[in-house]
Amino acid sequence: MKHSTQMFAESDLNNRNRRYEQLFKTLFLLMTLLLIIPVLVILGTLIVKGSGSLSIEFLFTEPTNGMTEGGIFPALLGTVWLVSVALLISVPLGVAAAIYLSEYAPDNWYTRIINLAIINLAGVPSIVHALFGVGAFVIFFGFGTSILAASLTLAIMTLPVVIVSTRESLQAVPHAFREACWNMGATRWQTIRKVVLPNAVSGILTGVILEVSRTTGETAPIMFTGAAFFLPYLPQGIFDQTMALSLHLFVVATQVPNVPESLPYGVALVLIGIVLLMNTLSIAFRMHLRSKKKW
Amino acid sequence: MATTKATEQLDFDRYNQEWYIDKLVQGVVFLAGISAIVFVLGIFIFVTMEGIGFLFKDFSLSQFLLSPWWEPTDDDKPTYGILALIAGTASVTGLAMVVAIPFSLGAAIYIGEFATGKTRETLKVLVELLAAIPSVVWGFIGLSIMNPLIIDLFDVPVGLTVLNAGIILGLMAAPIMTSIAEDALKAVPDRYREAAEALGATRWQVIFKTILPAAKNGLLGAVLLGVGRGFGETMAVLMATGHAINIPDSIFDSVRALTTTIAAELGETAVGSPHYEALFTIGIFLFLITFIINLSADLIVRGIRNQ
Amino acid sequence: MVSQTEKPPKFSVKDLTIRYGTTPALSGVSLEVEENEIFGIIGPANAGKTSFLKVLNRMDTMTEGMSYEGEIEFNGINTRKLRNLYALRSRIGVVFPLPVGLPLSIYDNVAFSPRLRGINEKKRLDQIVEQSLTRAALWDEVKDRLDSLGSLLSGGQQQRLTIARALSQDPDILFLDEFSIAVDPVTTMRIEDVLVELKQEMTIILVTNLVQQARRLTRRTAFFLSGECVEVGETEAMFAGDVKDSRTSDYIEGRFG
Repeated sequence: MKHSTQMFAESDLNNRNRRYEQLFKTLFLLMTLLLIIPVLVILGTLIVKGSGSLSIEFLFTEPTNGMTEGGIFPALLGTVWLVSVALLISVPLGVAAAIYLSEYAPDNWYTRIINLAIINLAGVPSIVHALFGVGAFVIFFGFGTSILAASLTLAIMTLPVVIVSTRESLQAVPHAFREACWNMGATRWQTIRKVVLPNAVSGILTGVILEVSRTTGETAPIMFTGAAFFLPYLPQGIFDQTMALSLHLFVVATQVPNVPESLPYGVALVLIGIVLLMNTLSIAFRMHLRSKKKW
Repeated sequence: MATTKATEQLDFDRYNQEWYIDKLVQGVVFLAGISAIVFVLGIFIFVTMEGIGFLFKDFSLSQFLLSPWWEPTDDDKPTYGILALIAGTASVTGLAMVVAIPFSLGAAIYIGEFATGKTRETLKVLVELLAAIPSVVWGFIGLSIMNPLIIDLFDVPVGLTVLNAGIILGLMAAPIMTSIAEDALKAVPDRYREAAEALGATRWQVIFKTILPAAKNGLLGAVLLGVGRGFGETMAVLMATGHAINIPDSIFDSVRALTTTIAAELGETAVGSPHYEALFTIGIFLFLITFIINLSADLIVRGIRNQ
Repeated sequence: MVSQTEKPPKFSVKDLTIRYGTTPALSGVSLEVEENEIFGIIGPANAGKTSFLKVLNRMDTMTEGMSYEGEIEFNGINTRKLRNLYALRSRIGVVFPLPVGLPLSIYDNVAFSPRLRGINEKKRLDQIVEQSLTRAALWDEVKDRLDSLGSLLSGGQQQRLTIARALSQDPDILFLDEFSIAVDPVTTMRIEDVLVELKQEMTIILVTNLVQQARRLTRRTAFFLSGECVEVGETEAMFAGDVKDSRTSDYIEGRFG
């Protein structure tokens, strides 16, 4: 008899605990969903209101009539310019820095300072990067407001993205492979070139795609360094100013009077489409890699 | 035998081509590595260089920090007080954290401790995609979706307010905070969970009594990074706050932030003018604050790793 | 220890102390490894055996915080101040406790070291690859799939691949560090047979936690315990009970470890 009451009491306690657990689980799920659902609703609104202005023509014609009509071609092309030049600078630099940190750097005070600098570089507000770009590239180095100055600013700002993702992919290659190579008399560089990099390159690419996405969306750093509100001509080289998609959204949303509502929605949709496409690509690529185990 | 030894000695003591290539590469990647330091110093130096004239001219630290009057274009007597701007930044960031902390923590716990398999992967991917939305798009959302919504819901004349920017910024910061918080939870060794479960604790007891306390430094780091993010955000805040210099009384007031002041005014100032230099001085201020925030976040997060 | 041959010892170690940071991992070791012998090192975990091998091929420079004191001579050459340690390491083959097939094709795994030495001629490489794999008793199993990844072979096959790679270095001396941990008994026996053959042309240092393996294969054996070299002696004599330290016979007879 005593035995059975004890059993009963225990199962009662268990039931209560299970109810609590279920309650908390539901609560946390709700919070997660509340984080995601508004954003999905917002994205839906963007699509509904913006898709009307989307067309091939929208993508490939110039804005007309004081930017209240026409397309976004100069802004789109400008973003391609800015992102390409920024990547040409930041990818080699970032990959090299990551190789140093992952493969050569001893565990000492200056490596710690480098790591701290990377964290800070990522944490400095984008508008301060813009000020730096103005002070350093526009004025001091005399590049003026140009694609070069803007892309340098973007490159430095997104450098931590490349460094961190590259370092992660390098370190995902097991240390035992390196030791095996060193034991055969390979130098660090031979080991990196023949074993580490070939096995990290897809991971690095994933990070680069992510950087394309980041760079495409940045606005503040290019506002005063190379991107213009409106230009009647297309950029011909890296010393020209250019329009940019992100800044164009800001301009048509806030600076231009009498813009039909669908136009800024269309620009926002294109911008977010590019960014999310890049991110999805990067995620898909990463999952593909994970499924293709090489060791 | 003697000759073998001699050639060996020579081989082992002679730098060959591969040795030189390795050293060369080491030098090059080292330079790339220290470039990060150079850039951070460069940012500080160049921003200071442009702003330093102001510091030595009309600058008064007490006026700069304590005056609520930011009137750089006043013809008679321009004043450069950033108190109202600090209040703007602080109110928006504060509200953003009120929104972001519980939700990102809840999401991190759900994703890290409850969700499994496909659900978990899907949620993680969604959170990652949320983090990717550019700030100018968020600003646009604040301006054209949240603004009319707030006007309708609360029957207020203007929807570009602390509330608007705070929610926007909260939604922006939450995904990043969620992933960092989830990392912090993941860093708690499984043996803690197993030990607590072996003592008969249920899952939520394990989470509240064991995992959250063990992960508290990492979670604090996540919050600090969120604060840093909110502090430094420019475009979204610029578009969603209404851009009025004001020490807010309520969340329905429009404000102006430190970052947005620079973004809105830099284009209209002459290079080298006091106004221009004052904007760079705000830049120095922002740099130093975010530097401190990031440094503390790093120290706190590293603290758990070293434990 | 008096050298029994006229040749200089392969390795001569005097007063060796190894540290990680300031913590000593092994101290006060003096011994000589002679040409064409299989030299055994036995001892329980954390005795310092692996650290000992690491400083012999100067991997201390690639290991954070590792340093050593004392003198090490390889073929009579002091290795402390050598400038090109890569050349030194290329003369020493190493097989690890856990097999490491590089994530390259089986062929490229074995051709890795010859290519480092500048051998790029296809015919010559083919020959080295076949010879090394054959000697490591792996050729028959993989000869039809040399293109597949070495890192995806089974544990026992990867271990033999690692041995083939070490042999492709055409090494002066071969280090085997508890190679049988990840290998089934049959493969272990096959590899042991290979080692006996190899002894004719190279020196072998065999680190093992299996005392009977040391007894089967080695001529002389060192017993390491908790960072100390307890003693070095003729293997057979040791197993016959002729030891200088009672801990050695305790370990050999399985009373601890």
